[in-house]
Amino acid sequence: MNAPEKILKPWTKPSLSPHRVGVMNKFGAVRQHHHQDEVDGVAIEPLLEQYGSPLFILSEKTLRENARRLRRAFATRWPKVRHGWSYKTNYLNAVCSILHQEGSWAEVVSDFEYHKARALGVPGSRIIFNGPWKPSAILEQAAREGAQIHLDHLDEIYALEQVAKGLNKKVAVGIRLNFDTGYTESWSRFGFNLESGAAMDAAQRIASSEWLNLTGLHSHIGTFILDVRAYAAQARIMAEFMEKVEAETACQIEYLDVGGGFASRNALQGVYLPPDQLVPSFDQYAEAITGALLEATRARSAAGQPLPTLILETGRAMVDDAEILVTRVVGGKRLPDGRRAAILDAGVNLLFTAFWYNHEVKPLRPLDGIPEETVLYGPLCMNIDIVRSSVMLPPLNVGDALMVRPAGAYNNTQWMQFIQYRPAVVMVTQAGKVEVVRAAERLSAINDFERLPESLRVPFPQGLPE
Amino acid sequence: MTRQTLDFPNVESLKRLALSESGFIFDPVTGNSFTVNHTGLALLQLIRQTLDVGQITKRLQAEFVIDASVAERDVSEFAGLLKVNFQ
Ligand SMILES: Cc1ncc(COP(=O)(O)O)c(C=O)c1O
Repeated sequence: MNAPEKILKPWTKPSLSPHRVGVMNKFGAVRQHHHQDEVDGVAIEPLLEQYGSPLFILSEKTLRENARRLRRAFATRWPKVRHGWSYKTNYLNAVCSILHQEGSWAEVVSDFEYHKARALGVPGSRIIFNGPWKPSAILEQAAREGAQIHLDHLDEIYALEQVAKGLNKKVAVGIRLNFDTGYTESWSRFGFNLESGAAMDAAQRIASSEWLNLTGLHSHIGTFILDVRAYAAQARIMAEFMEKVEAETACQIEYLDVGGGFASRNALQGVYLPPDQLVPSFDQYAEAITGALLEATRARSAAGQPLPTLILETGRAMVDDAEILVTRVVGGKRLPDGRRAAILDAGVNLLFTAFWYNHEVKPLRPLDGIPEETVLYGPLCMNIDIVRSSVMLPPLNVGDALMVRPAGAYNNTQWMQFIQYRPAVVMVTQAGKVEVVRAAERLSAINDFERLPESLRVPFPQGLPE
Repeated sequence: MTRQTLDFPNVESLKRLALSESGFIFDPVTGNSFTVNHTGLALLQLIRQTLDVGQITKRLQAEFVIDASVAERDVSEFAGLLKVNFQ
């Protein structure tokens, strides 16, 4: 039966795809047909061989370009602009330090983040301290070091007043505001509410204090905000409150901090238009914010009063597309409903943002076969461990590598150490070198913090039960 | 004749399908149409002949560069796919 001289054809996985006549393509524009095998000219496959899979890869070039684009967009439209790097978005030391080199201050929300910024050499005077809980020791350090403290609630006003008194120092503070922009859901749990009068009460309370001086207003209206009109409303409301609070108390507002929330080029679940068509550019956000500010501060400018510094705390839009996660297929199966599924060596333990994004998934090499609806599962023993619940991909084989992107925002901070080691993070530098910026975890990363009581150590005094 | 695996689709429902050389499949019962790639087409034709996994593997190895274990795996997966779509 076998004809030895016959030339054998290469095998590709058999595939069968139904034609869905008249059904709208619910996956939106198909973004998966291309492949990508490098980051800034550095081939990925050898990096997987060397550092293991999964692997996070950071692009220094993209991160710096984003920082410069943001600065250019705002500095060309407003006289004084500052960016505070939102540590919680990605506090890898390499990421923070690149942004500090680009001129960003640190925006921190906990003692841990404050310590991290100080350990990187950021002086207290270049730290913005937000958040609903600032333990007394760190509050005191921040006040002593001249950090820009944003108060969240009344008890914190009292706490800081005590700290300032103890230091015998008048401390400049900002207050966090919340209000209805008409476009976003009001995050009323943070800061002082404007409409109810709580914000003005707080300003009055600070004005009456011997130890505090109100110099700034802060608000953060939400995250992944696609409608730039929300920011125009925010800027106008904050500028109007600035005028009011200066008129009613003797304070001088030096800055307006509009927080973060610009959308990154990622696809939110439930949104079918691709990010390229939906996500505003930095220029569009800048135009909305500075346009509203110019309008609302016309009288102020005419009177020769100083304009406030505009502060941004842009997080995800800065770093998301500067990092990818590369993962390998470890198995495949066919689900009872006929859909194809693949199991990857990275799951929601590393890609926390898979809970709300449909990340783009690209193979590193062109894959043979007809793309078909595929579910991508992670390696965890958890039903919710789904990287993509539906993505069009050609048949996948064990060992195939996939790039998941963008992955730079919130994954290196919200990742979980659950049943797996966290993998290495490498950075492709501007010079095209590859640097490990976080080593892959080993058992000691977890065990070093545990203490096993003497009586529980092997050999057990009574031996092992039968 | 018994098959080595129980997951094979009913051959009668596969025989009703109209297949074209280019991989277009039409199911006259449901009116649905499908595309198969060339390996899928080869496999479908072998499964329609009521061969068992061992025989199919041999026939595939005569035509393609393929390990027996990969063949077995892909055959049973594809058979499952046929079952879901044509029964
Ligand atoms: C106070 C504050 N600033 C900045 C950010 C960064 O937000 P984003 O990543 O959406 O830009 C956050 C995120 O939650 C925040 O709470």
